[in-house]
Amino acid sequence: MDKIISMENVTAHLKDGMTLMIGGFLANGTPDELIDCLIKNNVKDLTIICNDTGFPDRGIGRLVVNKQVKKVITSHIGTNPETGRQMNEGELEVLLVPQGTLIERIRSAGAGLGGFLTPTGIGTVVEEGKEKIVIDGKTYLLELPIKADMALIKGSRVDKKGNVWYNKSTRNFNPIMATAADVVIVEADEIVEVDEIEASNVVTPSIFVDYIVGGRG
Amino acid sequence: MDPRERIARRVAKELKNGDVVNLGIGMPTMVANFISEDIEVILQSENGFIGMGPIAEKDQIDKDLVNAGGVHVTSKKGAAFFDSAMSFAIIRGGHVDVTVLGALQVDENGNLANWMIPGKLVPGMGGAMDLVVGAKKVIVSMEHTAKGKAKILKSCNLPLTAKGEVDLIITEMGVIEVTDGGLLLKEIAPNISLEDIINSTEAKLIISPILKPMEY
Repeated sequence: MDKIISMENVTAHLKDGMTLMIGGFLANGTPDELIDCLIKNNVKDLTIICNDTGFPDRGIGRLVVNKQVKKVITSHIGTNPETGRQMNEGELEVLLVPQGTLIERIRSAGAGLGGFLTPTGIGTVVEEGKEKIVIDGKTYLLELPIKADMALIKGSRVDKKGNVWYNKSTRNFNPIMATAADVVIVEADEIVEVDEIEASNVVTPSIFVDYIVGGRG
Repeated sequence: MDPRERIARRVAKELKNGDVVNLGIGMPTMVANFISEDIEVILQSENGFIGMGPIAEKDQIDKDLVNAGGVHVTSKKGAAFFDSAMSFAIIRGGHVDVTVLGALQVDENGNLANWMIPGKLVPGMGGAMDLVVGAKKVIVSMEHTAKGKAKILKSCNLPLTAKGEVDLIITEMGVIEVTDGGLLLKEIAPNISLEDIINSTEAKLIISPILKPMEY
């Protein structure tokens, strides 16, 4: 099965109101060409699950500036003043989640878990409305899995089967998000032949990847 | 000496050979500049690696390598990269020896507030809540007051980052340990009087019987 598609073919998979996971950490390891595609098609009312909302001119922040986002589930918005402005004006719903809890909620969804117990957030507003469970005398919050219609991730090298390798700090949320969405599109820095990524060095196994775009460096 | 440099220098003295350390954004990042060359400290960056090196010079910039503040950095020999789930397994799982963070407020019970001012500033907690809960030792490094207002309080009134997790507070005025009995002033900066530090602190300070001059 040929997973490599053109950016034009991505368009057919985009819908207003969909829930997207987008990889990256402060625009490092973010699939920028896929974000260009979302902007070009002006896909609206998105719910976006991401580590942070990047910067107004870089990363996921561009979708916020372009007013395509209805809700964002994220750990940090401080580097993008537009997110805060839209939140204060009531134009954008922001749900802040501790970073370690956010990634583990995504991991749980991808790993078939019904949730997990974390000490993070005990005694803070994060615990509001959540079940508390005591294990061996220590109190934990029950946090639930979170999944998406589509994950847009960034790989440094992607082979034609869809195996992905990530360079340095670009890995971040990408491999976990690849496990937790119905459709996964990876934007490659470089598309290589099968076996050019040594099997032992594959980080995201090809079975998680539906489509590959990019590869122009 | 610049008060921020004094604080960073004093924090660096808390670190031991072999410690895995996470330095928060801002002043805590400066601590890396003052770590003794006699010890090896492994810096963890919550976006996904251990073995973080100094900020990259212009000719060292790698587009694929940033720290948790999005700044281009270098990695040291023996560094290792991983995903965010592994990064927070390291953090929450007690594999980080020391975390150093700034604070808006900290109080007598070791409560910390550093992630939002309702109605004014809501940057989000990022990884701070996990770091404070998971690290073996939590050091708050900050200027003692903000525009003359006390930040070390009887009780935080801003939304908390975590409850009862702070171990040590290091400011330009002194070093304060959070103990079961309250805040114990252990070191005082050379140019600061006891009266100065007590007047700049809302919380009650217990003065150590072996109060020492702050070294940095």
